Amino acid sequence: MLLAPVVWVLTVVIVYFFAAKTWWFPPPISQHGLAYDAQFMRTLIVVGIIFFLAQFALGYVIVRFRNDGRRADYSHGNNRLETLWTSATALLFIGLVIMGTKIWAAVHFDEAPPDAIPIEVMAKQFAWSFRYPVPDGKFGRTDLHLVNDAAGNPMGIDDKDPAGADDLVSASLKVPVGKPINLIMHSRDVIHNFFVPELRMKQDIVPGMEIPLHFQADQIGIYEVPCSELCGLGHFQMRTTMQVMSVADFEQWKQQQAQK
Amino acid sequence: MSSPSAHTAQHAPHGFIRKYIFSLDHKVIGLQYYFLGLFSVFLGMSLSLLMRYHMVNPNVAVSWFGKLWPTAAAGGVMTPELYLSLMTMHGTIMVFFVLTTVPQSGFGNYFLPIQIGAEDMAFPVLNMMSFWTTFLALVVMVSAFFVQGGAPLSGWTAYPPLSGAGRITGPGEGMGQNLWLVSIAIFCGASLMGAINFIATTVDLRCKGMTLMRMPLTCWTWLVTAILALLGFAVLLAAGVLLLLDRMAGTSFFLPAGLMINDQILVSHKGGSPLLWQHLFWFFGHPEVYIAILPGMGITSQLLSTFSRKPIFGYKAMVYAILSIGFLGFLVWGHHMFMSGMNPYSAMAFSVLTMAIGVPSAIKTFNWIGTLWGGKIHFDTAMLFALGFVSLFVTGGVSGIFLGQPALDLYFHDTYFVVGHFHMIMGVAAIFGMFAATFYWFPKMFGRMMNEPLGKIHFYLTFIGVYAIFTPMHFLGIAGNPRRYADFTNVEYLGKLIPVHQFMSWAAYATAASQIIFLVNLFWSMRKGKPAPINPWHATSLEWTVPSPPPHDNFAGVHPVVHHGPYEYSVPGAAEDFIMQTDPASVHSEG
Repeated sequence: MLLAPVVWVLTVVIVYFFAAKTWWFPPPISQHGLAYDAQFMRTLIVVGIIFFLAQFALGYVIVRFRNDGRRADYSHGNNRLETLWTSATALLFIGLVIMGTKIWAAVHFDEAPPDAIPIEVMAKQFAWSFRYPVPDGKFGRTDLHLVNDAAGNPMGIDDKDPAGADDLVSASLKVPVGKPINLIMHSRDVIHNFFVPELRMKQDIVPGMEIPLHFQADQIGIYEVPCSELCGLGHFQMRTTMQVMSVADFEQWKQQQAQK
Repeated sequence: MSSPSAHTAQHAPHGFIRKYIFSLDHKVIGLQYYFLGLFSVFLGMSLSLLMRYHMVNPNVAVSWFGKLWPTAAAGGVMTPELYLSLMTMHGTIMVFFVLTTVPQSGFGNYFLPIQIGAEDMAFPVLNMMSFWTTFLALVVMVSAFFVQGGAPLSGWTAYPPLSGAGRITGPGEGMGQNLWLVSIAIFCGASLMGAINFIATTVDLRCKGMTLMRMPLTCWTWLVTAILALLGFAVLLAAGVLLLLDRMAGTSFFLPAGLMINDQILVSHKGGSPLLWQHLFWFFGHPEVYIAILPGMGITSQLLSTFSRKPIFGYKAMVYAILSIGFLGFLVWGHHMFMSGMNPYSAMAFSVLTMAIGVPSAIKTFNWIGTLWGGKIHFDTAMLFALGFVSLFVTGGVSGIFLGQPALDLYFHDTYFVVGHFHMIMGVAAIFGMFAATFYWFPKMFGRMMNEPLGKIHFYLTFIGVYAIFTPMHFLGIAGNPRRYADFTNVEYLGKLIPVHQFMSWAAYATAASQIIFLVNLFWSMRKGKPAPINPWHATSLEWTVPSPPPHDNFAGVHPVVHHGPYEYSVPGAAEDFIMQTDPASVHSEG
């Protein structure tokens, strides 16, 4: 009997914190982020209603059908109800998936736009590097034997290759606002994961694979990038930032870097 | 097939060793599994408390940490690698040696033969071997703590290359990871032996009149769980051996070419696929979730019906739901890999199938409420845990509707939202199933009743406690908190979430402390509890027709004959509000 109010109180507390958004997403900074949040809210409302009704019903039957001297009903079930709630749940669940399809498709089925700025991401235990193929738009040759973190060559860029001599390498990601970006992601040791909460996007980076990820950030600012796949003892320290800059600032940054 | 009596001894063995150590009696073996699981769950829980302490006190020195781990916690401050090895071992011990072991091998071993009217399992020697093999696996697993470098840090999922390239990827990745893999391989062997035994027993040894559709739902869940274990552990065994070969024999199943780890170029590997491991692992790993939870569902169904004095609502629908969960369970492994870099089109298929598996789970919940509806509910502690199971199953289940959508997983993958989800449903819901089973079957196993007031205090503290620990994890996930972080001081936005972690740590300490009440109740009741009658809950299934505890061959040489279904409660016109399955056919029922 006491269980019913306990279940109800827990349910109300949980629903309260979801409604009050005490701990919540950071604001989105892209069209994709807005679409993501809409799909999340749709799901939250459906799930919230199911959760509330199910817990409430559990509490209700506990109170209503406690042992009070009656004889229990003798019933082995009801096929019509069974069919009804099976098909209702199936429709609801599959419907939610279908509504989310567009969001997934935009991230993974659509190719990056042709004018997207290519940036190579190299992850290693426990640091990030980002390479820009400026000014010729071509990434130069790399060789693991040339890797020298201390000398500022974490990617092993071959200076003898003219396409690579002018590549820029940065320890944090800088992108221009409102332009499509195409990340080309590599890992040189174990699996890592590129995650920007404000972009509502993450992707594993798997050694031996080249994984692309495209996005467009519409809000200037500095956003944190915490590694989100267990990569070893320094996993919790593997953090960099993504700075979204005005187009002018971005151009200026590239020039400054090139002069170094 | 030979008759059961042809391969089970009729006479109880004499001598302590044959009776209690290398026993062939399924009841003793069931208890051995139970106590192995009880040891493991407290070990696993202690590891989680150390983790919870470290996460909120990453730089505090505790002198006995330094004594326990002179290198990994030199000076008493836990290193991040120690945190990760605690995490790996917590997950591994809980999943394999608790969730897989207790509901199936423990309670299943004890009660499946009795509930279907058999004298023992089909293969008693195999049964004994599977327990001792499991024991060996646990010894090997725990020994990983004591080798150089300590226990592995790659998590219970052991993704290569982190787990495949040896010592250079981190401490614990040397001998510790080897032992981990060897232990898992041994455990797979044990589970395969157990699975074969469960399937053969259910198929061959049912007594006269015990048709499949008259089996208690517990037997259905044990049968389907055994089939899942047979198919799943076979794949994990193969995967584990391959990873061991990659580590020790220079093969390249999972390691690609061109790796440079810790400034060393690895020339020994080429052509392997890290994703192959994930596919093999989760082909086992997802059915494993159902291996953990299905017996809990069976026990819950059994108890809801018994304690509300009503037939189970929709027995057939329940059986079909169990079967479809078992079948679909093998088609959804890809939902663990939405972010892995696998073909994004396959995510759509896995996602639809994942939502589909939510349907039979929802059916079960509806049917549980339907069972209670119109009932006459008795709130014994066993029943409270079964009701708690329903509440936790709903809470843990609905968060799956977010995670099953690849689009939403773009944010939630590898956050605390996932940790909250699987702990609710696979962790604590399953453990509530075990508590329910313990309180329900204790009188049969030990011939004494457990203490009800202590049981109720323990129930309420645990029920509120687990909600306090695991609900906030969902909010942490929404705020973007990645899992498997040793501390939260290096990422700025995580700083403001530390108070939530502190709350969870305190909730964890308190909930863990209240488990002492359970231990006291368990061991005190074994010796001093009120003597139990044959059928204290007025239940209908066969175990309640035999003395408590049952004799060596269960039915003392008498072959039971079954005339009724397992849930004939409150039948109009019947003298009592329950009809035993063995009552004569002249007593009217629909079953």
